[in-house]
Amino acid sequence: MSQTTGSTPNINRREFVAQLMKHCPDALVIPGLGSSNYDLFAAGDRPENFYMWGAMGGAASIGLGLALAQPSREVIVLTGDGEMLMGMGSLATIGAAQPKNLTIVVLDNGHFGETGMQRSHTSLGTDLVNVAKGCNITHAAHLSKLEQVTEVKEAVTAKKGTSLFQVKVKADDVPRALPTRDGVYVKNRFRAALGFEPV
Amino acid sequence: MSDNDTAVAGWKESIYQVLKRGKIQQVAYVPDAGHAHVINRCHDDPDMNAVVLTTEEEGVALGCGAWLGGQRSVLLMQSSGVGNCVNMFSLLNSCRIPFLTLITMRGEFAEFNAWQTPMSQATEGVLKAMGFRVVRVTDPDEVEEVVDAALDSAFVAGEQIAVLISQRLIGRKKWIKD
Repeated sequence: MSQTTGSTPNINRREFVAQLMKHCPDALVIPGLGSSNYDLFAAGDRPENFYMWGAMGGAASIGLGLALAQPSREVIVLTGDGEMLMGMGSLATIGAAQPKNLTIVVLDNGHFGETGMQRSHTSLGTDLVNVAKGCNITHAAHLSKLEQVTEVKEAVTAKKGTSLFQVKVKADDVPRALPTRDGVYVKNRFRAALGFEPV
Repeated sequence: MSDNDTAVAGWKESIYQVLKRGKIQQVAYVPDAGHAHVINRCHDDPDMNAVVLTTEEEGVALGCGAWLGGQRSVLLMQSSGVGNCVNMFSLLNSCRIPFLTLITMRGEFAEFNAWQTPMSQATEGVLKAMGFRVVRVTDPDEVEEVVDAALDSAFVAGEQIAVLISQRLIGRKKWIKD
């Protein structure tokens, strides 16, 4: 496991997510509100992405419900530090439930990027890997290099236990890439990809 | 399960039976004494995942994930928990997610703790403001029918529906041990 304390993050979030999706083409992905949502869309639109424009703090819990419902599928929660911090209690809930097929990827730029780049708690002392481990998510690691995306791929495809990766990304602005905001459409498209009809 | 629970388990057992018959597979909860019987039964049921939450809003998001994955869920909480869910309820509305929650009321009948009262008085209004249909049950003989109907409203009609279980039905909380 790599430690990043004191090092300058150099991962480009768009490149990391593009690589992640290339490595995990079958995964069901729940992106958190904000930049992660745009990163996922920029990597290529697909029905198995559940784009979110609200419900801050809910991504990990949605991922848990989905992972329990679809135990044979790979489930990735792709979120940012701010969104994960708001739902930090859900790490305890996930640690208690221990779904084997859930991987949480936190793209950590240490800031609230949507609202003017205010520093978040991960810039002010909170270590989400330690939080995850404290919640009995034992497979938790910091990533500081783009090449380490293969560690995420291994965890996703192995489906041998819940994992969390805190990926230190650069706190820079990336071009906007905006997915649809029609939640009903996104939901129905996602469910249809799993073979479920609308109500 | 305490002896006290066993004595009044009739309507509580019927809730579990309705959930079972209604193919509920994820049961998210923040515990309440009124839900204790159902929680225990769901934990013992191999066809159900009973998920203990740190806060009720996680159950709203969990229910959305369950539905995305083709499963039906229920959120069990007490009235104070409704306040913890408010913004997360927008997920159900924005994506039109079928949703069922069973809420045991506090702060309205023989309540010894006045701190429960403000949220109790706001519970129904908050739910309605966020797009829920709200039904209430006060008679133990009606619990099964009302919960069963609410389950269909959620998962057949696609509504967001809350069943409020009156505190009178649950009875006085014994604050002092016998």
